[in-house]
Amino acid sequence: MNYNMGEYDVIVVGGGHAGVEASLAAARLGCKTVMFTIMLDQISNMPCNPSIGGTAKGHLVREIDALGGEMGIAADACFIQSRMLNRGKGPAVYSLRVQADRVKYHNYMKKVCESEPNLDIKQAEVAEITTENGKITGIITKLGAVYKAKAVIIATGTYLKGKIHIGEVNYESGPDSALPSTLLSKSLIEHGVELRRFKTGTPCRVHKRSINFDVLERQDGDEDIVPFSFDTKREGLKNQVSCYISYTNVNTHNIIKSNLDRSPMYSGKIEGVGPRYCPSIEDKVVRFSDKPRHQLFIEPMGLETDEYYLQGMSSSLPEDVQLAFLKTIKGLEHVEIMRPAYAIEYDCVNPITLFPTLEHKKISGLYGAGQFNGSSGYEEAAAQGLVAGINAALKVQGREQVVLSRSNSYIGTLIDDLVTKGCSDPYRMMTSRSEYRLILRQDNADFRLMPTGHEIGLVSDERYNKMIEKYNNVEKEINRLEKTNIAPSEELNKLLESRGTSAMTTGCKLADLIRRPQLNYAVLKDFDTERPDYPVEVGEQAEIQIKYKGYIEKQNVHIEQMRKLEAKILPQNFDYNEVKGLRLEAIEKLNKHQPCNIGMASRISGVSPSDVSVLLVWLMQKNASGEV
Amino acid sequence: MTYKKADAIAAISTPQGVGGCALVRMTGKDAITVADRFFKNFRKVLPSDMQGYTSAYGDIIDIDGNKVDSVVLTVFREPYSYTGENTVEISCHGGLFVTREVLRSCLDYGCTPAGPGEFTKRAFLNGKMTLNQAESVLDIIDAGSKAELKIANILRSGRTSEYVEKIRENLVNILGRLSVWADYPDDDVPEIDHESLADELHILYDEMQHAYKTYDYGKKIKHGIPTVIAGRPNVGKSTLFNLLVGEKRSIVTDIAGTTRDVVEEHVQIGDISLKLWDTAGIRETSDEVEKIGVEIAYNKLDEAQLVLFLLDSSAPVEISDELVEKLKDKTVIAVLNKSDLNSDVNKDEIKKLTDYIVSISAKEKTGIDELEALLKQLYFDNEISPQNGWIANERQRDCLVSAMNCVQSAIEETEKGEFLDIVTVILDEALDYLLKLTGEKVTDSVVDEVFSKFCVGK
Repeated sequence: MNYNMGEYDVIVVGGGHAGVEASLAAARLGCKTVMFTIMLDQISNMPCNPSIGGTAKGHLVREIDALGGEMGIAADACFIQSRMLNRGKGPAVYSLRVQADRVKYHNYMKKVCESEPNLDIKQAEVAEITTENGKITGIITKLGAVYKAKAVIIATGTYLKGKIHIGEVNYESGPDSALPSTLLSKSLIEHGVELRRFKTGTPCRVHKRSINFDVLERQDGDEDIVPFSFDTKREGLKNQVSCYISYTNVNTHNIIKSNLDRSPMYSGKIEGVGPRYCPSIEDKVVRFSDKPRHQLFIEPMGLETDEYYLQGMSSSLPEDVQLAFLKTIKGLEHVEIMRPAYAIEYDCVNPITLFPTLEHKKISGLYGAGQFNGSSGYEEAAAQGLVAGINAALKVQGREQVVLSRSNSYIGTLIDDLVTKGCSDPYRMMTSRSEYRLILRQDNADFRLMPTGHEIGLVSDERYNKMIEKYNNVEKEINRLEKTNIAPSEELNKLLESRGTSAMTTGCKLADLIRRPQLNYAVLKDFDTERPDYPVEVGEQAEIQIKYKGYIEKQNVHIEQMRKLEAKILPQNFDYNEVKGLRLEAIEKLNKHQPCNIGMASRISGVSPSDVSVLLVWLMQKNASGEV
Repeated sequence: MTYKKADAIAAISTPQGVGGCALVRMTGKDAITVADRFFKNFRKVLPSDMQGYTSAYGDIIDIDGNKVDSVVLTVFREPYSYTGENTVEISCHGGLFVTREVLRSCLDYGCTPAGPGEFTKRAFLNGKMTLNQAESVLDIIDAGSKAELKIANILRSGRTSEYVEKIRENLVNILGRLSVWADYPDDDVPEIDHESLADELHILYDEMQHAYKTYDYGKKIKHGIPTVIAGRPNVGKSTLFNLLVGEKRSIVTDIAGTTRDVVEEHVQIGDISLKLWDTAGIRETSDEVEKIGVEIAYNKLDEAQLVLFLLDSSAPVEISDELVEKLKDKTVIAVLNKSDLNSDVNKDEIKKLTDYIVSISAKEKTGIDELEALLKQLYFDNEISPQNGWIANERQRDCLVSAMNCVQSAIEETEKGEFLDIVTVILDEALDYLLKLTGEKVTDSVVDEVFSKFCVGK
């Protein structure tokens, strides 16, 4: 018996990193929102690494923060160790990464959701979606509760038809032994949503007392801690834990190799496609058999627990084999496993069936986010959740939806990659995926995206004005550095020579010195007597903009060209056989992908430059004759 | 000196090889400023100073400072031109070399070679044509791209594309390492330092220069394709040489080892010009003078791009591994001589050396037509006009040069000690050009490289 339980603007299915950002964004934009989770105690759970950020992922967190999302603030509140990675490799690839207290992070986010006035939170398994004339109308839970809504966001992560594999054993399950979502897949397929099966995995958790830390390499956090959020003050942030490093060895590998027949990956029991960037230890041993050792990180799961996470050791081998190979590793000779490693298979959507707004192309008002869209990682999920939540709300309110572009963000790049090219294995963000990465730095995410967040309504005037003030100061400082002369002096030349750059004979502008690769803003402080007392971020920003000026300008030219192509909108549900002059391969690909604009079309493999020319001419002809 | 890419395209817009005049056209915002760089006349008039619809007489000076041709240059100012954009038309003396050299200058000074139907496309997009003309625009693009595809396929099967493929692989390998180094800082991956990166980039640049040399079709046409007639003594090399040259230059006798030094001659076969060398037969010899001749013959083989490897079809064929190794970078045509005699030649043995085989009788002068046809097929596909082939090639050359410029500036930044994120982005651009050259789409090749070569991830 079904029964009506209420009406909402936006329904979010899932309470993970995508679901939480989606729910908060929709609610904060004034939509009556409900978030369904299979278990309240799993809200914002980290079933894998107890860590947030990292290369390219740190960029995503900064961007989420700039748009008015929650992840950055929560990570600042719950981190127990922080490091800025890649210092010395260039500002485009600096990446912030923190170890977070898993339980604290969950509690923090749950409380934030509970405190949101427009947001209801319900523990239930969503079993069906309902539609009418190609429009979403709501959902029905396993218990038969009917909820109506104008928009529904699917953020089911690895719960959707989740199946765990450990050795020869497998069973239906969500992550961390939560219940799986067993019914929704069928309903989605019945509504014409194209699903497929992916796989991921996680290593085991072990007891602190069984680790011999004395023989391990230690890794500490940074002395000067930089927060994720624009709002978090730098003062008072501190590291509370260390991580440790160890390595596998020949004995480890031998145990793994001699037990491969007991691995579901090799016996063919797992059909899902696993991520290339997150191989299990058995994968590493088999595929890179020439490597004498593989590295692992031993990371604390939180302050109030003795569980440790073994990064690098994800596996689907049987529990007894896991224990045996771990015991061969230095420092883990007496290891006690608390939770075994497992592989998990789940259903997800083919993302090319989504618009860049993350709305489904065939079912109006249905959105997808996170692992459901084929991505992997908390940050990738949160980023999409935020975009889906924003767009669901904008749609409900009759406002124009937002598309972030490759040229303004990693989030835009992530979504464009997914919906334009699709993905054949779970998608992880990397800096090398962004062609505009000299512009899309983590240090200027606020400048790039806060105006959008402000316009949407997720960033307050106060916050926005603070950002504007920061960048006004940056500009003033750049002008001052470009104009201020500095004369050669014995002391200055001593500094220059000590840093391996040539001494000065005549005066020059301060900016000229900053442009030298061996120098930076900070080291010139003593010689820059007029320097105003700005916050650290202002000086850093001025320095990067001065050093990268030429390259930033060059990338801007490329961006401008791409924008022109992206402004040329293509029709939807269109049969490209009607366009004369396209090559056969291009017709096939265009019919399948149905790109939104010519820019997207140009990025699809199989669409050549002359196909793009044909599309341009054809589009102009159509537009002029008023047919499109 | 290299010029930055300007916003202008260029092409030859008259059919080639006919009439005494030809027209080379440039269009785009910067077309007139590009013309300023290479048009010189005694009144020192710059195209930039000229009004629309006016002409001037002067010389085209190529990038090396040599005069190419005396021309009449006409300036059209936007929107009053065929395309609606700034346009420069150069009327030069017709003929294969001159016209191409004029176009080459346009490209060297910053123009991009026009894509198929691009002038017409621009005219259309700028509203210079009516709607019902659009169909014909699509036709032109379609026809042009089909022809290009064909040519690209032909070029792709050549030696040059093997070089380019190798360069692309090396570049992807370097980018893969840079990427994994930046994206997996905590993983157990190789460190990258500026010094060894610069070394690697220098090697890459040298490889590109090597490929570039083989690419230079224009030069090939002007100076002739370096061609060696090689083979064992007394198979009739000199007879073939004389036959191709059309006069007796080499002494022909029945005594093996007669030709002891190198005889050089230019030979024109249709559009193709060969710089032909007759060499001493390759064999072990005790004759001191002949030994030197054999040594010179070997050296000439190094210089050659095309080898006409003459075999006696009446004698058993034996191809040594040494020879296969020696000729692996060359275009080789196996020429079976004396086809008037009994032929029981082992073709499988020849296949070790090349797939191209023609039979001739140098003495009876038969089979020469087949050889010419094969040469045409190899250097200009006979179905496609030489002009198209050359322009497609020119566009590829342009990509290679652009890629080389990127690698050059990556080297400079690396040696200056700049952060490697900048260097990586410059190399990304180089890869874009190389992929364009091989006709591939910009792909996730670097990301694929990372995951196939490195064991990274949690």
